[in-house]
Amino acid sequence: MSEVGKPAPRVDGRLKVTGAAVYAADTPVAHCAYAVIVGSHIARGTATVDDRNAQRAPGVMEVVTSANAPRVATAKSGKGPSDRVLQILQDDRVYYADQPIAVVVADTLEHAQSAAALVTARYAAEPALAQLPQALGAAYVPAAKPPTGPVDSTRGDVDAGLHAAAHRVSETYTTPVQTHNPMEPHATIAVWTGDDRLTVYDSTQYVYGVKGKLAATFGLAPDHVRVIDRFVGGAFGSKGSTWSHVVLAALAARVAGRPVKLVLTRAQMFALVGHRPMTVQTLDLGADRNGVLMAMRHRVVSETSQMDEFVEPSAMATRMLYRCDNVETSHRLVRLDVPTPTFTRAPGEASGEFALESALDELAYACDLDPLELRLRNYAERDGDTNEPWSSKELRTCYQRGADAIGWSTRARAPRATRRGDLLVGLGMATATYPARMMPSNAKVRVTGGRATVQLSTAELGTGTYTILTQIAADALGLALDAVTVELGDTALPEAPVAAGSMTTATAGSAVHAACTRARARLDRGETDVTEQARSEDFAGRKGYSCHAHGAAYAEVEVDEELGRARVTKLVGAYACGKIINPRTSRSQLMGGLVWAIGMTLEETTVRDRRTARNATRDLADYHVAVCADVPDIDVIFVDEVDPHVNVLGSKGLGEIGVCGATAAIANAIYHATGRRVRDLPITVDKLMRPT
Amino acid sequence: MRPFSYLRAADDDRAMRAASEPGAMFVAGGTTVVDLLRIDVLRPALLVDVTGLQHGGIEATPSGGVRIGALARNSDVADHPLIRERYPALAEALESGASPQLRNMATVGGNLLQRTRCPYFRDVGAPCNKRVPGMGCAAVDGYARSHAVLGTSDACIATHPSDMCVALVALDAIIHTRRVTGERTIAMTDLHALPGARPEVEHVLERGELITDVELPASAFAKASCYEKVRDRAEFAFALASAAVGLELTGGTIAQARVALGGVATKPWRAREAEAVLAGKPPAQALFERAAAAALAGAVTRPDNAFKVELAKRTIVRALLRATGAKAVHP
Repeated sequence: MSEVGKPAPRVDGRLKVTGAAVYAADTPVAHCAYAVIVGSHIARGTATVDDRNAQRAPGVMEVVTSANAPRVATAKSGKGPSDRVLQILQDDRVYYADQPIAVVVADTLEHAQSAAALVTARYAAEPALAQLPQALGAAYVPAAKPPTGPVDSTRGDVDAGLHAAAHRVSETYTTPVQTHNPMEPHATIAVWTGDDRLTVYDSTQYVYGVKGKLAATFGLAPDHVRVIDRFVGGAFGSKGSTWSHVVLAALAARVAGRPVKLVLTRAQMFALVGHRPMTVQTLDLGADRNGVLMAMRHRVVSETSQMDEFVEPSAMATRMLYRCDNVETSHRLVRLDVPTPTFTRAPGEASGEFALESALDELAYACDLDPLELRLRNYAERDGDTNEPWSSKELRTCYQRGADAIGWSTRARAPRATRRGDLLVGLGMATATYPARMMPSNAKVRVTGGRATVQLSTAELGTGTYTILTQIAADALGLALDAVTVELGDTALPEAPVAAGSMTTATAGSAVHAACTRARARLDRGETDVTEQARSEDFAGRKGYSCHAHGAAYAEVEVDEELGRARVTKLVGAYACGKIINPRTSRSQLMGGLVWAIGMTLEETTVRDRRTARNATRDLADYHVAVCADVPDIDVIFVDEVDPHVNVLGSKGLGEIGVCGATAAIANAIYHATGRRVRDLPITVDKLMRPT
Repeated sequence: MRPFSYLRAADDDRAMRAASEPGAMFVAGGTTVVDLLRIDVLRPALLVDVTGLQHGGIEATPSGGVRIGALARNSDVADHPLIRERYPALAEALESGASPQLRNMATVGGNLLQRTRCPYFRDVGAPCNKRVPGMGCAAVDGYARSHAVLGTSDACIATHPSDMCVALVALDAIIHTRRVTGERTIAMTDLHALPGARPEVEHVLERGELITDVELPASAFAKASCYEKVRDRAEFAFALASAAVGLELTGGTIAQARVALGGVATKPWRAREAEAVLAGKPPAQALFERAAAAALAGAVTRPDNAFKVELAKRTIVRALLRATGAKAVHP
């Protein structure tokens, strides 16, 4: 019997559709006060807060500012890539617009909101740097290292390769600031017990990360901090770090002497919880007359904040995706007066594969080759960066299955060759890849009376983690699904790493598998009440292999070039991600990623005022994500892939790969339809209209 | 949001009296007002809820037109057979606006007075003359991609966001109102004010003046009317440019035309220059292009919104082609 591989319905589906699932802000907490953050109007300078009117407002308990906030440890970040430098009212310095300058605590949310509107500040503003393209000259080599590799790489001789090439493409591609915008806003409820014990209900991908940051900031014993989050209403990377509002909620609760609930507004979510930084990427590709790659150079500049570093690792895929002897990549940063960027669904790969796969499309036309044929001629049989064999790679099958599904073989090579009524029609494709990483995790299981309870701290982000861990545990224990209960999202449970980076199935799943396998052995020996805890940290099977998920994205678009309107009319993604634990939740993940690709390619951008560095995009009316009417039939194809090396489950994770490459597939389809190459996302009406 | 008083008005007189006080304002569907209360842009002392008044309904008038009550919901108007048959531009405009949920809440009277989507108007951390007279305009030299190219002033370039209003100015709608001093009618084209030096004044209504009905007169051009809208996604986005057009065709010529623009002007924009170009001539794409050029002749652009001039012209041409049932000729 095997539950793994079956499309089990979500075990938490009923809780969610009936409203019974308790999200962080839903947690009933007695005597809770309400906190509202007041943000800075300026992006750079100092702010002297005047809270006299707010102090006198009805229901107000405290107004916390840099003048009266308790002093706490403000360690520089450094305990990992998602540990941020926070602005928590320790001084009057402002580093970005909307930075917290006060927190108003009141007996009701309405009182807190109305008092917050009465807080003013006297600003000493300094000129702010708002936009990357105007500041490229200030690019520097970052000290921060991306999680997936060094900032620079080089192999072979790129200049020589380019010199010898018969066909070259040298172009610059830009991707805008994007904001994650999960449906559930970030929310924290902080409850102190005495001065030295803190319980926090927080919307987070990483309860242990929040626990560590709070313990360090307030000087608490780690086991005196408990962080709980049973359900997360979407995250996409924005809840992977502990941001200022989490600490501010705890700070406010300490000052107020009561539990405090703090929920961010949508406008605050554009500034306080990270964003995908803008990137400017230059690609130099060279190929011989047969379209075989001779050289690849991918240089990335992205923005970061004045007080912290985040590197958008856009060139990582360029190191390994195609066979090429001469490859150079680099990542540089420019400091702007903006909030610190962060991981955003497919950090690096989503932005980088837009540039890489657009440039390859351009190279295919330069070589007069079919874009798919170009990729097949440069198929990498090993990882050229590490010189390791793949743990598995069924990318050729992905190319073929996707091509069949969209009807690639009937595609006319030339742009502008196909019309449907008054509309131009185009087909585009691109490769998708994302690393199949994993981290050590702990898990615990107790089996008694034919029922099992599985516990670990990883987060359910809406992706199906409860469900797939139930399936994995059921199989390992030889139990039915309904005999297994999974408990997640609590630092009282065994520690798991951040639920991010398409790692959760491999990471949490391997730990659950290990604990349950041990328990099964004891059950098989006749024990009746078994508790086992395991730590999955034996990654020896991966050693010597390069582990990546792969896919092929195909898009059909219709373009009304008079009015600049582009619509995606068909989207196909064929993916090889190792063992699919649950085709239902997996399909949903990949489909969601492909919908993200539509938004990223055609719609999404967070715009800042170029003079003030303040967000001009502050709500979901201006920040356009794809709506139902933008989303066509999406065909998600799972390609069978057996991977004996990647982990005990043979599973690679697929939370991110849907958005990878598909952006370029859509942009390439627009080129095929119109003959217009837009290298600056998003491809909006103004960029796509036929010139006069 | 700040504290305010709330009155559910029982009749017109009490509504008008209450709303005549300083700091008072009407609220109906709330789709603009509640939104702006929450982001601290509107700070009324009193909200006068008019949804209990008797100003709903949609009915044919004896003279062959249609009367729409001010409290009729946008979704009901868009669905109504009389509107769909006689005034297709209005049905299309309403259906292209917002989302089904919002259209179910929004009223016709409220939509007439919809506030701009200028991001600086909506951000209390940025200067805006419309929000605080004399404060300055962040948009004139700022991020102005969504902003107007027609009817602007040095003080304000905010776009009027309504789709419905664009159709109504094209359809020669008449606004019926009540004041304490009596009833009056206002031509739809006269309802909204240009920003000039006082962008906080957005319409000609007096304090406490209550919109009761919108009257659509019988016309020979309304049946061949349509609404074309270009936006940044397929649904649920404000217009980058839109056009409502109506044509009366007799004997192969355009007897009269109506052309109105949205998304590009500080008020729902009636393009009489374009109508003059069209009147009396046989319909043809080249003629439509000349009319569109006339409509945009006075455009004043910023770097971010310069594309709107050409886009608006093409939108007009597309709408006129659709109204005549003709196909576009591709260059």
